[in-house]
Amino acid sequence: MTSPIKLALGPLLYYWPRDTVLSFYEQAASWAVDTVYLGETVCSRRHELRHEDWLALAETLAAAGKEVVLSTQTLIESESDLKALRKIVDNGRFRVEANEFGAANLLSKAGLAFVAGPALNVYNPDTLALLANLGAMRWVPPVEMPRAMLTAMPIPAGMETEVFAFGRLPLAFSARCFTARHYNLQKDACEFRCIDHPDGLTLNTREGEGFLTINGIQTQSGKVHSLAHRLGELVGTQVTALRLSPQSQHMGDVVATYREALDGTLPANKVATQLQPFLPAPACDGYWLGKAGLDLELPLTPTPLPQGARG
Amino acid sequence: MPKPLLELICPAGSLPALKAAVDHGADSVYLGLKDNTNARNFSGLNFDAKALAEGVRYAHAKNRKVLMALNTYPQPTTLKRWQQAVDTAATAGLDAIILADPGLMAYAMKTHPHLRLHLSVQGSATNYEAINFYHEHFGIQRAVVPRVLSLPQVENVVQHTPVEIELFGFGGLCVMVEGRCLLSSYACGDSPNTFGACSPGHAVRWQQTPTGMETRLNGVLIDRYADHEKAGYPTLCKGRFEVQGETYYALEEPTSLNTLEMLPEMHRIGIAAIKIEGRQRSPAYVAQVTQVWRAAIDAVKRNPATFKPQPAWLTQLDKVSEGSMHTLGAYYRPWK
Repeated sequence: MTSPIKLALGPLLYYWPRDTVLSFYEQAASWAVDTVYLGETVCSRRHELRHEDWLALAETLAAAGKEVVLSTQTLIESESDLKALRKIVDNGRFRVEANEFGAANLLSKAGLAFVAGPALNVYNPDTLALLANLGAMRWVPPVEMPRAMLTAMPIPAGMETEVFAFGRLPLAFSARCFTARHYNLQKDACEFRCIDHPDGLTLNTREGEGFLTINGIQTQSGKVHSLAHRLGELVGTQVTALRLSPQSQHMGDVVATYREALDGTLPANKVATQLQPFLPAPACDGYWLGKAGLDLELPLTPTPLPQGARG
Repeated sequence: MPKPLLELICPAGSLPALKAAVDHGADSVYLGLKDNTNARNFSGLNFDAKALAEGVRYAHAKNRKVLMALNTYPQPTTLKRWQQAVDTAATAGLDAIILADPGLMAYAMKTHPHLRLHLSVQGSATNYEAINFYHEHFGIQRAVVPRVLSLPQVENVVQHTPVEIELFGFGGLCVMVEGRCLLSSYACGDSPNTFGACSPGHAVRWQQTPTGMETRLNGVLIDRYADHEKAGYPTLCKGRFEVQGETYYALEEPTSLNTLEMLPEMHRIGIAAIKIEGRQRSPAYVAQVTQVWRAAIDAVKRNPATFKPQPAWLTQLDKVSEGSMHTLGAYYRPWK
């Protein structure tokens, strides 16, 4: 049976060479994702693809039958950042994901239905209802929101819920660029070193444990957040889509595994094993369970679909 | 009424700290209740109803203002408690409340239309379109801007919003955008957004080992100190980590923010208020820092052109700073 839960390819959080990006999305056109988020959400200095390039990609993916959403930058600091934001809001064709309230403001004033991104910090029903009134048709809860909190949220009629379900977690944003800092460079003269690290730079503890991932001004988890082994727990949550965050290797395999797991063609007790070789680092699922994000509790017998379980 | 200019906003983690701030020249003090409705949810800190009443009475008697931080994010099952805290603030005669959550702002505006609202730094508003959103929808009158903008960027914000802009001037330095940092919950389950504290004490362990003093957060090694080094609190962005074979302060050194030398510029661009960080610090800290900043702000207002931070001020501030090192943070662009 085909599950009604959709798959979304989140915005590319890393800085890849232009050809790599184009080839990635060329492949993505044939993956079993329903939605593709496009655009630079991390750093305004990244320019391998310009606004027009993203729009061209959007057209190609839309022609391949994907719902395309343009994602806005999470940290908007300067007038030129705002200019880039207005261009996205005024694109006239594709839906937009707002990743801070400046974008939400512009989209709402323009009367456009939008996606409320994960950095908007929607933790309660009042704020969610408010966003619905402003025009949000979908929301992505904060990545730290546990299942228990999600199920306690009354969700406005017609509002779609997309949960961050795979990838290194975007945990923090800063004015400071930690990749430039690593190379003793200033941010304004960073030599675009992010491009040498297609999955970020691993930050280890002094006893060699991969703790975090440096990605320019963004800090990500060291581990890969994955709900693949907990898809049965989506029952009773009103989740309508899962966001899978791009990584440089095996992304098509990751998408396929999630689709098969959702549709039940891959037995629940085989999901974790099948996903394993596609993970660039150990998995974690703690946030979903209301624990430390880096925790992992692999169920000995994964919950089969479609039985609900408590988070 | 003219817009305020360089008001001094000082931290009050306790009644004695509040009195110290008022006695040493704060224009306003800010405080929080004894729970996770504010971002300094530390045991032994903050105000119950009795202390709050006394604090408001003390400050108002001397013509100073009291602001309440309700700047964490209410959750579905606990929303009521945040709303009650707003009611408490209104009843107790607070001069303003400092909020981050739009839903809570809507509640405050509807239930207490005369209560003045400030946008907390936890609201992560770094541009005027975002700040104006909170103004247009909830009537916020002041915004505290995250410690990520350079001063020219702040000036651009000031020029494009009717909202008063408040900046952090001194104290602990978040290297991440406030409200946009989940590092603490990733490591130990509790983050500022929902729990009201970063790297909370209950998750911290100090352990002397043959290789040095180790500080851990929920088991994660944040730093290790040789015998000659002074061990610091394991705030997780201020530990030493290894990246590509190099061990260093990969995110941020344990420094404090100090913007004293930028006061003339802040005066020129029309910053409404300067906030001193440190509700978790002692009344003695509050007294010292308030005294220095009062003198400095008075001096810059008398004559911004000739203002120079006095060596005595800097010595006094150095004594109370975290790590005894100072930075201008993002206000000074090359820091980024």
